Amino acid sequence: MRWKKTEYWGWGRALRARGEVARPERASALTTLSAESPAPAIGNLRSYGDAALNDGGRAIDMTRMDRVIGFDPETGIVEVESGVNIGDLGISFAARGWIPPVMPGTGFATIGGCIANDVHGKNHHVVGSFGQHVEEITLLQNGRRKTVSPQRNADLFRATVGGLGQTGLIASAKIRMMPCKGDMMVLTERRIDGWDEFIAALDSARSEYTVGWIDATARGAALGRGILEEGEITSGISPSGGRAREVPFNAPNWALSAPVVRAFNAAYFRRVPAGGRTTVKPITAPFFPLDKIHNWNRLYGKRGFHQFQCVVPIDQSDQLRRMLERIANSGLASPLAVLKRMGNGRAGYMSFPMEGYTLAVDFPNRAAAVLLIAELEQMTADAGGRIYFAKDALAGPDNMREMYPEHDKWLRAVQKADPDGKLATDLVRRLKLRETS
Amino acid sequence: MSETWIILGATSSMARAFARKLADDGARLVLAGRDMDDMKRTAADCRAKGSPVAEVVRFDARQPETFGAVIRRAEREDGTINAAVFVGSMPDQSAIDADPSLVDGVITDSFAGPARFLQMLAPIMEARGSGTVVGVGSVAGDRGRIGNYVYGAAKAGFHTYLSGLRNRLTRAGGHVVTVKPGFVDTAMTWGLEGMFLVATPEKVADDILKAVAKRKNVIYTPFFWRWIMLIIRSVPEFIFKKLSV
Ligand SMILES: Cc1cc2nc3c(=O)[nH]c(=O)nc-3n(C[C@H](O)[C@H](O)[C@H](O)COP(=O)(O)OP(=O)(O)OC[C@H]3O[C@@H](n4cnc5c(N)ncnc54)[C@H](O)[C@@H]3O)c2cc1C
Ligand SMILES: NC(=O)c1ccc[n+]([C@@H]2O[C@H](COP(=O)([O-])OP(=O)(O)OC[C@H]3O[C@@H](n4cnc5c(N)ncnc54)[C@H](OP(=O)(O)O)[C@@H]3O)[C@@H](O)[C@H]2O)c1
Repeated sequence: MRWKKTEYWGWGRALRARGEVARPERASALTTLSAESPAPAIGNLRSYGDAALNDGGRAIDMTRMDRVIGFDPETGIVEVESGVNIGDLGISFAARGWIPPVMPGTGFATIGGCIANDVHGKNHHVVGSFGQHVEEITLLQNGRRKTVSPQRNADLFRATVGGLGQTGLIASAKIRMMPCKGDMMVLTERRIDGWDEFIAALDSARSEYTVGWIDATARGAALGRGILEEGEITSGISPSGGRAREVPFNAPNWALSAPVVRAFNAAYFRRVPAGGRTTVKPITAPFFPLDKIHNWNRLYGKRGFHQFQCVVPIDQSDQLRRMLERIANSGLASPLAVLKRMGNGRAGYMSFPMEGYTLAVDFPNRAAAVLLIAELEQMTADAGGRIYFAKDALAGPDNMREMYPEHDKWLRAVQKADPDGKLATDLVRRLKLRETS
Repeated sequence: MSETWIILGATSSMARAFARKLADDGARLVLAGRDMDDMKRTAADCRAKGSPVAEVVRFDARQPETFGAVIRRAEREDGTINAAVFVGSMPDQSAIDADPSLVDGVITDSFAGPARFLQMLAPIMEARGSGTVVGVGSVAGDRGRIGNYVYGAAKAGFHTYLSGLRNRLTRAGGHVVTVKPGFVDTAMTWGLEGMFLVATPEKVADDILKAVAKRKNVIYTPFFWRWIMLIIRSVPEFIFKKLSV
């Protein structure tokens, strides 16, 4: 297998890595790699920070391991190689009445990435996390295949789901698909005028898919205003979606400067009429709103950006409001932010979800934003919440044990699976996750 | 009506992309190659995408005795039989320079094996009065270069063969598309120095499908390689022999 010397980066483009990358196209090549040169896996690099980076070391690009290798129409269980994009899986099965039960906000995440971060979707409060729908995972550990499931090797299963790739290469997995009526979605959007109303609306929302878009630049009485989006899947076959667009170059620095963002957010808010509206769209539109514009991360210019995402327990919504206040008052223009109520569904020791509210906000990569994010991280810890590894690029190791109380169980399983630390990534090193406390 | 496609060299990622697009359109597939385990996965994927038939048959360009089974499997399907050839091998020229016996293998994989296979298939296509052959050659076959002239020569031979086959099958309602890719992002080129304007296998597959639908004779993919090669071909030999392009 040839190794390619290359530079690669997380979605936020603020953290980068240089090193050798192999890209197997078939199972036999992957097995050989795992035996001869174990290295962390990378999916589609949709994690924002350094979860999938291994600066100075090697990595294995899984994106060409991208086939559906079995499907049982009786049970809806599909077996896929781990490099399959979740969006492709959704599109090819929805017309036949099946959908992946959990899809993150981008269709470009691979199944391996969805497992390794135990991702959540807009229906987390109903169906839980991705890992809860995984029947079985085939791992490669130093060239040896190991099958793990909630029944078989359950400890290793729980260390693998949300396990940041540290228990071995995920070669393939069986996913329990969910029956669905079709591939269209009825989408209801309504304006929300402020924070308390938002929390109340999220608490009482009954739809399967629910998400809040917050104008993180609105202050004072308007703090927390935004749009509540609720969706239900319906029948109908989508006309093929329009052509994808590209952001061809790094945007100039003013592209996301405060006035531009404020104007954009105000327009986004008013786009929805005061009385709300209901539309029917192909499912890909509401699931993956940004995927239509390839490389939209270039909008943030050369320096890149960060996303901060935390979840705090239900009774900590006031703390979350204070965090939003800090963000709005900071004047660090941040475009749309996402607010969502999470259920308690999680499938791994290191899974992000907890019952509560999750807030995600983007910041251009600037010194002031870095300081603000550190402050937000501490506020999250104080609230008994946690930050999301898939998004993080900046945190230090101190709060991690407290945020992830099952870390010790994970670490024990990981040390057994990869005693020499060959699978460690930049994130794992930065947060000292592989070190015993 | 759905047609049957034989895919030779089905383990190549270009072939994988092509087979999947055919599967989306409901084509029946006979995947042929050496790595059975890998082809079984592609077959499952194609069935999941909509192929009513996607079967794998062992094929080794260096073992002509494997050819018959592939053809017999395709013959079991009614209607039009098409074939797409992705087989080829490109060892480092320096390896060939060190071991001249490697020449035979390159020529067998990229030219002689596929040509012999197509000779066996041609009468069946003629009898059925239809069918398209897609032959994947290479821009490397347009001119011999110091970096890969044995591979280039094999591809040039294949191009010439395809042009003759086109001449023959056209008379019987068939057609032949010669495909000359530039650099494509596959296992063959991953990590090689000096790659530029690299196309995805999906792009190449799209171009091939369009060429098949429009009954094109010779395509370059991506298209701009036609112009690049026009320039390269027009450099006089007395200059070209001193270049290392
Ligand atoms: C626009 C956008 C919206 C998003 N929305 C959401 C959301 O709504 N909910 C949510 O939960 N997340 C969301 N995310 C985050 C994203 O879903 C996760 O980061 C996901 O893990 C990305 O998958 P990937 O294939 O790009 O993996 P990468 O980012 O490449 O890798 C992520 C981790 O998985 C590991 N990994 C990947 N493949 C394998 C494998 N085969 N074997 C072992 N380990 C592997 C890597 O080592 C790394 O630790 C979003 C991201 C973007 C860019
Ligand atoms: N990549 C490029 O930039 C590029 C450019 C121009 C043309 N091409 C041509 O495009 C085609 C596909 O190449 P690729 O880039 O996808 O590379 P590849 O993965 O190496 O594909 C080559 C294919 O040929 C098969 N093959 C080789 N020798 C064989 C034999 N003796 N018997 C049966 N099958 C044999 C391989 O099968 P195994 O899996 O069994 O090895 C594989 O399926 C080739 O003809 C290549 O010459 C490629």
